[in-house]
Amino acid sequence: MIHLRNIHKTYNNGAALHVLKGIDLDIAPGEFVAIMGASGSGKSTLLNILGILDNYDEGEYTLDGTLIKDLSENKGAYYRNRLIGFVFQSFNLISFKDAQENVALPLFYQGIGRKKRNQLALEYLDKVGLKDWAHHYPNEMSGGQKQRVAIARALITQPSIILADEPTGALDSKTTIEVMELLRELHRQGMTIVMVTHENDVAHCAEKIVHIKDGQIENIELVNDTNK
Amino acid sequence: MRIDTDQWGEIMDSLTRNKARTFLTAFGIFWGVFMLMILMGGGQGLQLALGKTFAGFASNSGFIMADQTSEPYAGFQTGRRWKLQLDDMEHIKNLVPEIDIIAPLTFGSNANVTYQDKKSNRASIKTYTEDYGQVEQVPILEGRLLNEADNNQRRKVCIIGKRIKADLFPDSISPVGKFIKVDGVQYQVVGVNNKDRGGLSIGGQADRTIYLPYRTLITIYNRHSDVDLMTYTVKEGYTVSQVQDKVADVLKRIHKIHPDDTKAVQKINAEAIFQMIDSLFKGISILVWMIGLGTLIAGAIGVSNIMMVTVRERTSEIGIRRAIGATPTDILVQTMSESLVLTLAAGLTGICCAVGVLAILENNAGYPFTDTNFQVPFWTAMGAAFLLSILGVLAGTGPTLRAMSIKPVDAMREE
Repeated sequence: MIHLRNIHKTYNNGAALHVLKGIDLDIAPGEFVAIMGASGSGKSTLLNILGILDNYDEGEYTLDGTLIKDLSENKGAYYRNRLIGFVFQSFNLISFKDAQENVALPLFYQGIGRKKRNQLALEYLDKVGLKDWAHHYPNEMSGGQKQRVAIARALITQPSIILADEPTGALDSKTTIEVMELLRELHRQGMTIVMVTHENDVAHCAEKIVHIKDGQIENIELVNDTNK
Repeated sequence: MRIDTDQWGEIMDSLTRNKARTFLTAFGIFWGVFMLMILMGGGQGLQLALGKTFAGFASNSGFIMADQTSEPYAGFQTGRRWKLQLDDMEHIKNLVPEIDIIAPLTFGSNANVTYQDKKSNRASIKTYTEDYGQVEQVPILEGRLLNEADNNQRRKVCIIGKRIKADLFPDSISPVGKFIKVDGVQYQVVGVNNKDRGGLSIGGQADRTIYLPYRTLITIYNRHSDVDLMTYTVKEGYTVSQVQDKVADVLKRIHKIHPDDTKAVQKINAEAIFQMIDSLFKGISILVWMIGLGTLIAGAIGVSNIMMVTVRERTSEIGIRRAIGATPTDILVQTMSESLVLTLAAGLTGICCAVGVLAILENNAGYPFTDTNFQVPFWTAMGAAFLLSILGVLAGTGPTLRAMSIKPVDAMREE
């Protein structure tokens, strides 16, 4: 599903900062991978590149058979919309839209009619158990509920992968379990998930943990099934 | 581009999120358009009203009157009274080739006019010749104008003003062909002057004036060959100010007046007055555009500024949209539509209010603005609407460029 070959990334904010120094990584369809590393290790940059939110300088990145390199803004937006579902630490829901509208938004940018959009949105809200909350606004929901709305939004375009950036970073332990349970359920249904986290417990929900240090992959740890 | 009810909803959503701010911004545009329209309509009404006042007068005309001398000359003392004569006009016509038409005007004293038992008080009496008709046009309501034959044969015929007609012939029978009495002399009415009171006229209000043939008047009133006012127009390519001194010089020679006497020959330059009024209105028009456009542009800058702030506030929202698949074009359409909708809605409201106010003004204005047109023409309003769209786009350009430059990854960090 994801093939990374010798990815390099350097930021040039005054002084050159070499963040990724040759990343090679393969993620097969249906895998649940966690990326761990200290602050400044380059894990967020890697996730941004995987999410086509940022460019890389060198190497090759293939997503679901498509080479992602030097894309125009429009192409980038197109692939983000069709191939990737995002889940963010701070949920990133639009505050003046209710849950249903938030979930339906990616379909708006696909040009899908409102009726169909809203019906699908309701379906996906049902999947994350929030059908009754369809017309609540983000500020009327708990953190866990907001993240579940965000997951429904990520799923609605039926993407190839889910990219989760610290999905539990803003949640308490109880809701963390809720959200992780949901992600694992998705994984069981065959979804490919890549998740950045610095919490060990959370990382161990995945099948594989990629440890990043100083812009390089330090090691890849396989998680025992018994831990799950 | 996806403009559907959702797009519309998005626009209304973001415009109504901060109602007070949106309203105040819109007010800037509203006021600009409103002022522009009101000033344009008002200026136009004023111009039409003044144009009506001067209607019928040749714009290249000048007038000459005799006054007491102020210098002793050729054995004559200061303060001598002299009179313009009919012969003078022949001389001037021969000696000043720039003159196109030259016509005499002589007044009778105000008189009461009667028809059977009806009476009209204090009518002005003045002469009319075919030549004079080219300096001051007399529009005819019914009947005919006076002609050369009337003049040469000293016929006792006249043209009467509308008010006199109303006084003497209240039963709406036609006065044409009827005989009226002025100062005890009978004249046959041949025509009615259609001019209303209020306009510029020489020697009394047009609706209370009786025109007689020149020779008839000077014979009956025993005025020999006196001319009270000499009226003339200049040929194409000359101005009255160039010609009037030559005319005065000729008159001074004929009537033995000191060449440097500035008082004895009174000159009125109607052309200069017309030009002054003309440039006055050009000035007003420039002022109107400056004030109106200035206010409007200030309003548009206001819109641009507020949109800039809005885009700033919405950085993360725009970032989220970009992350989940909005293209830069989608963002462009959204930001631009907001600017356009705000500008157009405010501007069109301004146009409508201005049209309403101008309509009230038009219906309630008194003299001299009766029958003038204050309303802005349809195409001016359309032009203003078009101008607003351009302003809306211009106002939206800066904020839109900023919104489009927002990268999804920047927005994520904004939190």
